This record gives sequence, structure tokens and C-alpha cells, in this order.
Amino acid sequence: MDSAIRFGTVSKTFGSVRAVESLTFAAPAGAVTVLLGPNGAGKTTTVRLTTGALVADRGDIEVLGLHPKVNGDEVRRRVGIVPPKPAFYDQLTGWDNLRFAARIFESDEGAALDAAERFSIQDALLQEVGGYSTGMRTRLALARAVIHDPEVLLLDEPTAGLDPESSRSVLELIRELAGRGRTIVLCTHLLHEAEGIADQLVLMNNGHAQAAGAPQALAGRYLAEPIVLLDAENREAFGALDLEEGVVSVSWNGSVQVTLDDLNRLPDLVIRLVNGGARLTRVEPVGATLEQLYFEMQRAHRGEMP
Amino acid sequence: MRRLFKSKDYWIPLMMLATLFFVFMPLLALSVIGMLANTAMAQQLAGIVDSIPVDVSRSLPVDDPAAQAAYLIAVYMLAPIAIIVPLTISVAVASNAIVGERERGTGEFLAHSPLTMKEIYFGKLLASLVPGYLITIVGFSLYSLVVNLTVGPKVGGWFFPTSGWILLIILVIPPVIAIAIALVLRMSARMRSAAAAQQASSLVSLPIIIVSYALTVRVISAPGPSAFLIGAIAWAIALFLAMRGAGKMKRERLLGVATET
Repeated sequence: MDSAIRFGTVSKTFGSVRAVESLTFAAPAGAVTVLLGPNGAGKTTTVRLTTGALVADRGDIEVLGLHPKVNGDEVRRRVGIVPPKPAFYDQLTGWDNLRFAARIFESDEGAALDAAERFSIQDALLQEVGGYSTGMRTRLALARAVIHDPEVLLLDEPTAGLDPESSRSVLELIRELAGRGRTIVLCTHLLHEAEGIADQLVLMNNGHAQAAGAPQALAGRYLAEPIVLLDAENREAFGALDLEEGVVSVSWNGSVQVTLDDLNRLPDLVIRLVNGGARLTRVEPVGATLEQLYFEMQRAHRGEMP
Repeated sequence: MRRLFKSKDYWIPLMMLATLFFVFMPLLALSVIGMLANTAMAQQLAGIVDSIPVDVSRSLPVDDPAAQAAYLIAVYMLAPIAIIVPLTISVAVASNAIVGERERGTGEFLAHSPLTMKEIYFGKLLASLVPGYLITIVGFSLYSLVVNLTVGPKVGGWFFPTSGWILLIILVIPPVIAIAIALVLRMSARMRSAAAAQQASSLVSLPIIIVSYALTVRVISAPGPSAFLIGAIAWAIALFLAMRGAGKMKRERLLGVATET
């Protein structure tokens, strides 16, 4: 898969503060990449570097094949952004704000109205933004970000301050945009937010990427012993399960919980069990939660052994 | 600019300022002069007329000392209002232009937009210049009305605006405001808060007011080639400062994270 965004050993310093240090990662085109990390990890600086709003001190950045430092205006024309705490001209109406954005991005008013409808904010467009709730502001920010139908969408903590319902609907909208083939970069420190939405994870801390890759690949790397739940009509067929190749341990808890040394051994294990006469009713790899993965990765990078 | 005009907190004080300077003060001053026509004070005013430069005294339309004094005040003495009002208004807007975007957070949107820094800078410059100049045009029209209604009958009819005032309003005021705005915008980009930017901008606007007052009097009293020269020089300085200011603007300033001085 081609990369829509590529950072190569990028550094950015503010005075004595190193906001980003030798940051290297790639966001595949048409996928959701989640920049995951605690506050101060450098996520917002990364977003600002992506559009060229900030210029890197060192390193190379490529966005849609362009260099933001050189072709910043073109990059910004093809990228949409929802900043943390999106701000508007509060004395103007939602419609005025959208129309202003449409003019800047050389879109027409029809596009502004479509964007408002897509994020269900059209009924509030004639109100002054100063009277909007946090949820409405976020919806307006999302509408403003997609007004020019950007190829890349950067979302920096888009659910910050939202109630769970609004937060969920924002995430659904992000999934919908991803489904339309847009490249999405989502910055968050909320693990549950990234769960199930990330095609690619970049774990950031102290300004650099500690780990990057697909969640499954990272789980394979950091969660060494995958677990599989098995069950069968004839459970006696599991009698010698702990002697099978690749099985680390077996425990019984309603169903059979098998710990493997590598998840890739599962297909062979299933074939052997079936050939041995097992009438399997359940084969379910237990996916590691992002939370498990996150803390495992953090622990690994602190040099602690699990 | 649309945001500014929708904010009553912003434009009501400015309208009051313009009304005070362009209407009430001239009306008061010229009415008082009119009432002094046959008093000892009128004789003292005649003394003032005797002491003014020949070029100016030659332009006085009548021999009546009180009418001459009223004419002098209307045409020459109140000239600074033409510069104080637009400068005050435009500097107030400009001082908040960049730092205000940053404080509201709307600078983030502009920083990530495809607008070039030159477009953002000149947008801010125009948005600061237009309100001040617009109020000057409206105020100047009202001032003309006040002057013609109060002094006109004494000097044989409506006489205002004079050619000097027309040159002043068209040729000199816009670049002088632009010079002040260009300087204040650079401060607005560097200051950490709108309050600090406003304080700093007053330091810039004061010397500009003093210098421009001298220019104003010169243009009104000698509306010839030298007035055009003053206007041309002012435009040249304004363009130089604006181009330089646009070149120095950094996108980072809109985010409030620039570290260079």
C-alpha cells in the first residue's frame, strides 16, 4: 500500500523543548492511522508539521508525494484538519463560518451545505457559533474539514470534551469517511477510541514513534503468547492437546483456553484436531485489546520484561 | 471584517469616537466662535489671523475677523481629527488582528489553510484599514456639513472641503494609516496577548500621529506639488513596510509557537 504521509527522522524543537525527535512513520493511503500517545507525546506537532503549518528543523516529510515545506499551499489544499478544541468566529453563524472556509478552499456553497448535512449540523447553521454546544462545534469542525473533499483528513483529538453519545457518532463518521477511501490520521490518547478503528498504529512518546504497524502485527510482536478458545461436541478429543506442537498451556474455563507460542500455528492445530476426530464447535482467537497492547508496548520500551 | 462589524462592543465605541471628533467638537468650537462675533474675544482672534503665514491669510475669504477665525479653525485647526480618528480605529483593529486569531484559536484554521502568508497579511491589513478609512469618509462628509452650515453663511456660502482637505483625505490619509497598521501588525504577530499588543501599538501610533499632524497642516495649507510629493512618499513607505511585513510573517505566528524573535 502506498504511503499518503511519510515522516523520515523528523525533529522539531521549540526553544529547549524537543516536541518531535527523529520521528519516523508512514500512514498508508486509504487507511486509518492512529497516533496514540499520552499528552505531550508530540501528536499535535506532528499534525502541524504534516500540513506545513510548522516547518521541521530536520528530517523529511512527504504528504501525497509533496513536501509541505516547499509545496505547503498545495498540501493544505488537499488536506483537511480538525484541530483539538476547534475554534470559530463565534459572532458569526455556522453558515458564515462554513462559507468562509468554502471560499478559502475554493469550494462552492453547495459543498458547504453538503458537508453540513453529512455531519447533521444543517439545522443549526443560522445560529451564532458562540451558542453551540461542544458536540455541535465538533460537527461543524468536521464539516469544515471536509468541505473541499480532502484526500487526507487529520483529526487531532476530535472527541475531546464530547459526551459518549456524540463521541461515538463522531467515530462512526470517521469510519464512514475511511470507508470512502480517505486517508485518515487520528490523534488520540484514548485507547478505546482507537480500538477497532485503526488500520495502523503509531505509538508515540516523548516526540518519537516507539512502535508502528498494524494492530495485529504489533500484537504479534508485543503480546508473545496468543490465546485461542476451543470447544467441541466431543471434548475428550482435547485430551492430548497440551502435547500438540506450539501449545504452551491449556486451561479449562467453560471452554478450552489454549495458549499458543504463535498464532500462525492455529490452522495446523485445527487440522490435526479434526483429523484426530474432534468435532469442533468453536475456534476463536482472543484478540488482544488495544489497552493490553498499549501497556505491553510501553513496558517493552521502558525495558521491562512482561 | 464581517466579524468586526457584527460585534457591537467593537463598533459602537468607534462610532462614538468618530461622532465626537467629526461632529460634536467641530460643532461646539464653531458655534462658540460664531457667538463671539462682536466681543473683545473677536478682536483677539483677529490678532491670530494677523500672525498666520501669508499663504494661509491670503486664502481667507472675508475681512470679518470672527468669520476668518471660524474659517481658520474649520480648515486648519481641526485638521488633526482627520488623522486621529482613522489611526485610532485602524490601530485598535490591527493590534488585535494576529494575536486575536491566536487567542481565539482561529489562527489554527488559517495556519492549516491554503492561504499564503501574503494573502493573510494583506487581508489583515485591509481589514484594519477599511473600517478606519470608511469612518473617516463618513465622518469627513458629516464634518463638511457641519462646517458649511456653521461657517458657510459667514464667508459667503459653502466652501468646504477645500482642495487641501480633498488631497489629504484621498492621497495622504490612506498611506499614513497603512504605515501605522504595517508597524502594528508586526507587533500583533509577536505579542503574547491582545492586551500587550494594544499597549505596544499605542507607542507606535503616538509618534505617527505627531508626524502626520505636521504633514496634515502642510498639505492643507499648501495643496500644490509638495502635497503630491508628501502623498507619494507616504505611499512608498507604506508599500515598503507592508511588503516587508508580509515577507516576515510566519505561519507559526498564527499558532503561537514561533520561537524566533
